[in-house]
Amino acid sequence: MIKTIKYAALAGVFAAGLIATGLITGLAASTSATAGVESKDPIILTIHDWTGQYVTTHIMGEVLKKAGYNIKYQQADYIAQFAGLQTGDLHVAMEMWETTGKQAMDESLATGKTIDLGETGMDAKEEWWYPLYMKEKCPGLPDWKALNECAEAFSTPETAPKGRYLGGPVTWAGFDDERVEALGLNYEVVHAGTDAALFAELESAYQRKAPILLWIYAPHWAVAKFKGEWVEFPEYTDACYNDPKWGINPNMAYDCGKPFGWIKKVGWKGGEKKWPGAYKAIRNFKVDNDEMSQMIVEIDLEGKKLDDVVNAWMVKNEARWKKWIAN
Amino acid sequence: MSMAVTANAPARRVNPWLAAWVVALAATVALHFIRDQVPWAFKFPRELVWPLRFWISDFMKWLMEGFDLGLFTFREFTRFISWLIDQPYWVARSLLSDGFLRGVGSDAVEVFPRLSWVAVIGMVMLMGHYARDWKLSALVGLCFAYLAVFGQWDSAMITLSSIVIAVPFGVLGGLAVGIFGYRSRRRELAITPFLDLMQTVPVFAYLVPILILFGFGPVSAMIATIIYAMPPMVRVTLLALKQVPAEVVESGRMSGCTRRQLLWKVLIPSAKPTLMVGVNQVVMLSLNMVIIASMIGAGGLGYEVLTALRRLKIGEGIEAGVAITLLAITLDRLSQAFARRQPDVHQDGGQGAAPLWRRYPYLAAAIAVMALTWSLSAIAPVFRNYPEALEITTGAFWDDMVRYINITFFDQLDGAKNFLLLNAMIPFKRFLLAQPWVAVVGLVALAGYQLGGLRLALLTGALALFMAVVGQWPKSMISVYLIGMAVVIASLIGIPIGIYAAGNDAFHRVIQAIIDTLQTLPSFVYLMPVVMLFRVGDFAAMLAVIAYALAPAIRYTDHGIRQVPPHLIEAAVAAGCTRRQILWKVRMPMALPEILLGINQTIMMALSMLVITALVGTRDLGQEVYIALTKADTGRGIVAGLCVAFIAIIADRLISAWSVRRKAELGLE
Repeated sequence: MIKTIKYAALAGVFAAGLIATGLITGLAASTSATAGVESKDPIILTIHDWTGQYVTTHIMGEVLKKAGYNIKYQQADYIAQFAGLQTGDLHVAMEMWETTGKQAMDESLATGKTIDLGETGMDAKEEWWYPLYMKEKCPGLPDWKALNECAEAFSTPETAPKGRYLGGPVTWAGFDDERVEALGLNYEVVHAGTDAALFAELESAYQRKAPILLWIYAPHWAVAKFKGEWVEFPEYTDACYNDPKWGINPNMAYDCGKPFGWIKKVGWKGGEKKWPGAYKAIRNFKVDNDEMSQMIVEIDLEGKKLDDVVNAWMVKNEARWKKWIAN
Repeated sequence: MSMAVTANAPARRVNPWLAAWVVALAATVALHFIRDQVPWAFKFPRELVWPLRFWISDFMKWLMEGFDLGLFTFREFTRFISWLIDQPYWVARSLLSDGFLRGVGSDAVEVFPRLSWVAVIGMVMLMGHYARDWKLSALVGLCFAYLAVFGQWDSAMITLSSIVIAVPFGVLGGLAVGIFGYRSRRRELAITPFLDLMQTVPVFAYLVPILILFGFGPVSAMIATIIYAMPPMVRVTLLALKQVPAEVVESGRMSGCTRRQLLWKVLIPSAKPTLMVGVNQVVMLSLNMVIIASMIGAGGLGYEVLTALRRLKIGEGIEAGVAITLLAITLDRLSQAFARRQPDVHQDGGQGAAPLWRRYPYLAAAIAVMALTWSLSAIAPVFRNYPEALEITTGAFWDDMVRYINITFFDQLDGAKNFLLLNAMIPFKRFLLAQPWVAVVGLVALAGYQLGGLRLALLTGALALFMAVVGQWPKSMISVYLIGMAVVIASLIGIPIGIYAAGNDAFHRVIQAIIDTLQTLPSFVYLMPVVMLFRVGDFAAMLAVIAYALAPAIRYTDHGIRQVPPHLIEAAVAAGCTRRQILWKVRMPMALPEILLGINQTIMMALSMLVITALVGTRDLGQEVYIALTKADTGRGIVAGLCVAFIAIIADRLISAWSVRRKAELGLE
């Protein structure tokens, strides 16, 4: 017994020695470079907290890896990341939505330290939405004009007799208060603090088949999980938001629906010089809403592993991504 | 409570104050009548708003980009600090989570594997046994086994490696600042306001500058954690050093100690039990920050909780949340046991005779476990990663339970909610918002004057004025309403529980376990089920605040009543008091100062939840801080954060002053 412990202790010392030698050789050898790419420094891609962004970033990361680049994923806040993109602490953000991040992105681009790397090919859709079962209580839907007749059906004791509309987080400005006023809707806008809270309420209402009218965006798993429809407002034009005279209400802007928006990639300016090939590949990156929604559903609803879903995409679309990195 | 005060106070002292309050309240009412003549008293004129937030933004910009210290810039200096913290963190992370890697990013190659999960469990169990006994060993072993069995291992090790680095920094930093403050009264007074601000200004308010100064990633998260978790250690250090009996210090001096010897050999060892309370607080608060840290880029369990809840996988969120609680329990119990451990008694005189492993059996065993599992993991992958097939999850159970409650009880719950909302919360909110800020500032100052004299009056008045002057009055009032309601309800629930727990040891133990869990389980975990049952809005926010703030109300009441001197109770029994009389005439009045302190802490805890409430859609200062964060507007965030801190400070100073007076009147000090 004593002997065993003694040997074990010896083995421990041996192990510690192994670590040390490993580290030293490791550090010494870490400068060895591979041919083909401009720099072996890792390109840092930011990760946020929604599945779709996770998928796009990992697809991009995998593609760049195939091209020989060194990739690192770093978790960062959606808006706060601009501080890092400007200093070069972070390098690439794969999803910047026009509907939610345009303001921060424009401010950052104006500093000249970040650059616009083009659209991802996906469209951000966001609008008022209701579950299908509400159509029985409010047969006039999806036309927005039916909303006022059904205000009572969409109300809660706090808002009655007005209807209750659950808007997105205040920080994702969507001009809903203005829309309600401009279109003369008899609704009270309640803001959810986060989209997690928003979907928690939807899930709860859906389980009970209870009335609910809320803001939803896509691509997102909720659209696949819950059966429902978007409210149809007068179609968005730039004039509607800028020119009060446009539309039904001659005195106010925002008397229409919400715009479809691009989803863009943004990068640190300095990266353009450091990894020109990688930036070119990032510019080439294009996916569409349908394939993205499909992947989100597979991960969030069917419980598949993110890596498996990304790998499956890589295998299926080899010809496509090879073009992105071709010279 | 207030009845007891007026009944005990001599009649002649009540009158002038009563008159002052009547006049002040009458003036407030009068303002309502001349409302149209004095609109500025109700709504602070927009053009007079102090542009402090722009100054702060400009200052921070200068600090981050322009401040040059000569040889290097300020940012280079802060980056150096983060490099320093990164070194031990890198070791911890390599050892526990990543393995030792060669190279960076996706090119990295593993040179040497991380510790096997078996080894980590084995080592915490050894620590448990070394520090106390087999019972503790089994407890911590089970806690860590949970992490493996429930598939939380990888995330938990990321969290653990940042906690094991952040906690020593917090403890040693707090100790150093505390010792610094102990040396002179003036220094102590200079430190205290900073401690208040560190604890009460929400982290989100200064997140962007931290990210720019310290870089993106886990180190920034650790720095935010240290800022938040250190103040209790400082406070406890100050208190503990002061509590060391004068005789002990004297005897140290007489035996010829130097200043340094006196500190390290006399003061700190005698203060150790109290200091350990500070360590406990640092551990708890560090784990409290796990969720927010993960929003900055720390990853780990916090990230698991967040992503699970965004996908509405409530069960998964709960499992990850429980993992955080278990980590807290393990670290807390181990650190407490280490502190109480008696030094080993060496029995054999000839030490050189015993082989090394025998003199250090635990170390030898730990090394053996490590070496064994490292070599085994080369052969059997089971040792490398806990097999996925053996992981279990109770996620579906929780999801089903929430669904069942939702479908079955929603109407009853909704009815109760609406009753409270329509009859208490909304009227109170409207009432507060309708009051002229001038009058509220005056009343706060008057309360300060009555409880603590002119200085306190100036302080509370000035802090209240600040909220109006920076244009945050309405949001401040909504915060006061939300926190006020939550504190009242938490006290109404917590104080009776505390009273009962004080008289019943079995119940006391159960309740302790529950409130420990409530305080370490991330509130995000129960926030989402609460939203499902009560919809987005003030009510859901208030419930989450109550759940978190309940703990101090219970804990301090329990503690206060247990501390009532037994001879007083005996005297009361001898005088023929009934049980009820003993409770209301003896125990409660004597415990009142302690209970007040509990309420004080309840307010602090409630305020620290303000930012979280913004996540379920309130329109208070928390929301302001949150908006500022997402717009990367540093000045706006800090100003709103200061308003939160000032509400806390006003409440704290008023209650402390009241508590001190009560103690003096009862002859407790």
